[in-house]
Amino acid sequence: MTSGAIYALLALALVLVFSVTRVIFIPQGELVAYSALTMAALQSNKVPLSAILLLALGILAFIQQAIGIIRSAQHATTSTRDLGIAAIKFLLLPAAVAGISYAFAATPMHPVLQILLTLAIVVPIGPLTYRLVYEPLREASILVLLITSVALHFVLTGLGLLMFGAEGARTDAISDTRFDLGGLSVSAQNIIVIAAALCLIVALYLYFERSLYGKALRATAANRLGARLVGIGTAQAGRLALTLAAGLGALCGILIAPLTTIYYDSGFLIGLKGFVGAILGGLGSYPLAAAGALLVGLLESFSSFWASPFKEVIVFTLIIPVLLWRSLRNPHIDDEDAQ
Amino acid sequence: MNKRLIIFVAVLAALPLLPTPEYWITLDNYIGLYAIVALGLVLLTGIGGLTSFGQAAFVGVGAYTTAWLGMQFGLSPWLGLLAGLAITAAIALFIGAITMRLSGHYLPLGTIAWGLSLFYLFGNLDFLGKYDGINGIAPITLFGISLENSRAMAGLIWCVLLLSIWALHNLLDSRTGRAIRALKGGSLMAEAMGVNTAAIKILIFVVAALLASTAGWLYAHLLRAVTPTPFGLSAGIEYLFMAVIGGSAHLWGAILGAALLTILKDQLQTYLPILLGNSGNFDVIVFGVLMILLLQRTPEGLWPMLRARFARTNTAKTLPAATPLPRREQPASNSVVLRVEQARKAFGGLVAVNDMNFDIRAGQIVALIGPNGAGKSTMFNLISGVLPLTSGQISLQQNGLQRIDKMPSRQIVKRGIARTFQHVRLLPTMSVLENVAIGAHLRNKGNGIVGLLTSVLRLNRNEEAQLLGEAQRQLQRVGLGELLHHEAGSLALGQQRILEIARALCCDPTLLLLDEPAAGLRYQEKQALAELLHTLQQEGISILLVEHDMDFVTTLANRIVVMEFGSKIAEGTPQEIQRDPRVLEAYLGNIDDQEVAA
Repeated sequence: MTSGAIYALLALALVLVFSVTRVIFIPQGELVAYSALTMAALQSNKVPLSAILLLALGILAFIQQAIGIIRSAQHATTSTRDLGIAAIKFLLLPAAVAGISYAFAATPMHPVLQILLTLAIVVPIGPLTYRLVYEPLREASILVLLITSVALHFVLTGLGLLMFGAEGARTDAISDTRFDLGGLSVSAQNIIVIAAALCLIVALYLYFERSLYGKALRATAANRLGARLVGIGTAQAGRLALTLAAGLGALCGILIAPLTTIYYDSGFLIGLKGFVGAILGGLGSYPLAAAGALLVGLLESFSSFWASPFKEVIVFTLIIPVLLWRSLRNPHIDDEDAQ
Repeated sequence: MNKRLIIFVAVLAALPLLPTPEYWITLDNYIGLYAIVALGLVLLTGIGGLTSFGQAAFVGVGAYTTAWLGMQFGLSPWLGLLAGLAITAAIALFIGAITMRLSGHYLPLGTIAWGLSLFYLFGNLDFLGKYDGINGIAPITLFGISLENSRAMAGLIWCVLLLSIWALHNLLDSRTGRAIRALKGGSLMAEAMGVNTAAIKILIFVVAALLASTAGWLYAHLLRAVTPTPFGLSAGIEYLFMAVIGGSAHLWGAILGAALLTILKDQLQTYLPILLGNSGNFDVIVFGVLMILLLQRTPEGLWPMLRARFARTNTAKTLPAATPLPRREQPASNSVVLRVEQARKAFGGLVAVNDMNFDIRAGQIVALIGPNGAGKSTMFNLISGVLPLTSGQISLQQNGLQRIDKMPSRQIVKRGIARTFQHVRLLPTMSVLENVAIGAHLRNKGNGIVGLLTSVLRLNRNEEAQLLGEAQRQLQRVGLGELLHHEAGSLALGQQRILEIARALCCDPTLLLLDEPAAGLRYQEKQALAELLHTLQQEGISILLVEHDMDFVTTLANRIVVMEFGSKIAEGTPQEIQRDPRVLEAYLGNIDDQEVAA
């Protein structure tokens, strides 16, 4: 149930990114691992090297931005101002975050501060990678974007090993209390995870239904050209979607880190299960994606109970009956446009 | 063919014959093996538009089958190959059957699930040696020669690869091949031309799986040992990489992609630890960054870029002469061709088409007109089988009126109703001739496995000549005879609309459904279109057209059916319609109301 909730959050993030940018964001799982391991580093009073990665990405993004500004320079005044803004955004802010993590790494911090710092380090990685990797490929086909995602996944996994080492880590639980629910012992941590997931889902729902930015994202997902015509930049929408997705991923990492040991490469399988859940739900609908991910989580816990060496086999082959059911229930060939 | 290409392939293929170092032979072998798998993906992903992550698992099936049969029963590797292919085909058919009928992302998901499961199965089953795999596999013997060393295997691998490319090249240059390429234009168009898209998708999935399985068989006998690792999901992803980097829509791109990736990875693994030390896996990071940069430079892959650099002119082939295809007998003049009775379509509470009735008689041009949102397009989709009726019936003349309203569109086109699309649906990179030849898909009975084999072995030249000859005839008939070998995407919009009519004519229709054929045409083009439609009418073809242009319709049509809010409000000759008060009201608004408003 707990892992189901995590997969559900990841599935939501994947659906969000895919519907807005057409990118299947495989590196989502890496962000989960990054945030879990960053959190663990902070707790053991070490400097999380992911802060350096953030700084490096910021510098690259600044260079990219600066080249863009200089190339399209028309008025000297605006371009210097743009350069200044870019410098603040891509150099100063990451530097500040990195500086804080260096300065306070040795001193024990309150868990809430640790969580905030982890988010400040990991979340910007999402939109920065979008700028650097996906934005130049905005017109490419879904297949090319997917392959790019895989390449990015390789890079991030490699960097993960470099930054965090091969050993896994587990963070302290936010709460150690255990409850007795009708003979079942449930840890407070599990309840926190599920409650947090529910809160996030509700928050996302409100965001998309009520706020202007949320509506802009939905508009982009529904019709990219139409959204552009009414003044919603697809690039901005993409960055926003990636920020939200990275935020969800980072929170997932923080939530899951006390429950299982996370390694630098654990993210892939976690993300994959979220992806499976999302596709089960059709990769277009948020509630269905969440339901699909919950199903994956349930299947996983049952099968690890019955036959643990075959856990992964069972999780992934039990999807086939679901596909079969969907295929029989819906025999019409959809009119999908050429990709 | 390109001279440089021949040299490139010849060098790779000749490596084992020359005194090349063993190291390069090994690389050459891997490139060949990977290219065979990537070739399947080019067909499946690049040309067919379907993504599979599970190719490595099919490689594993091929490898493990021959390894296990050899170890357990001492069977010859050749029997192992056959068994591997049979098992692969069965699995691919099953996965294909449950995922191909669904659009979008179910195939990638199905193949991820399959790829992962198989990897864990290999790793956990006792009789397959768990994660240690199977060792001591016998070498392949060919004509009494044992292919023990990797030099000999390189010969075999490259023979298989080049044969596969030749076979796929032939396949794509055939009726089935055009159907495969039509998949990328969306299944709506392909189905409307009579292509069974689900069957074609399953077909290419099976072909790609068989190629992967063959590569697995070669792999097992090359290394003489199998372990689960090379058949996991990440390997499956790597094959996809090769196909995309090389140029996923091009057969030769598979070799290019496989060569580039294999050599690059090998070199990175050799040199990076020397440069940067052994502490992290830098090769993965550098590899990933290089791939991202490469994709940003050439999203279409390397092969098209190289080919553009050494551009060659598309030489127009003259088509061989062929006997014309037999034609359908047109129904007797003035008999009812199509009858629509009480046709109703409701989307939830909204009734888009409300109990429509009308007939189309042989040799008539009937126009369906009405204001925007009147339900014309829905009516059109009901006849062509894109949407199912809520109630009522639609019948077509075939030795007596027979109901067609329960049929999918590919059955309807088989019975003689061909259509065009409001938004032109062409395959822009295919030639005009090939686009039109898709329309002739059903004019040949050669389908299924026999059709596949004859195309692969190039025994289909006669039927090809007939189909292409028919396409050429129709193009000449509509006045595009000069543009046979141009890319369809390079045509002006008006010409593209005419091309769609030629494609529909290739279906040999008794009834032609035209969805706004005059939209976007200039005055002269409209006149030419009207002339063409008159000629078709004189040949006995009936035409139903949905159109906005009143002038065009009134000069052309024999009868006009007017729709408003889903219902028929008038039917008659153009003169009658122009005088009908309800039509005037629908088009111009109520005159009394306007006076009151003024």
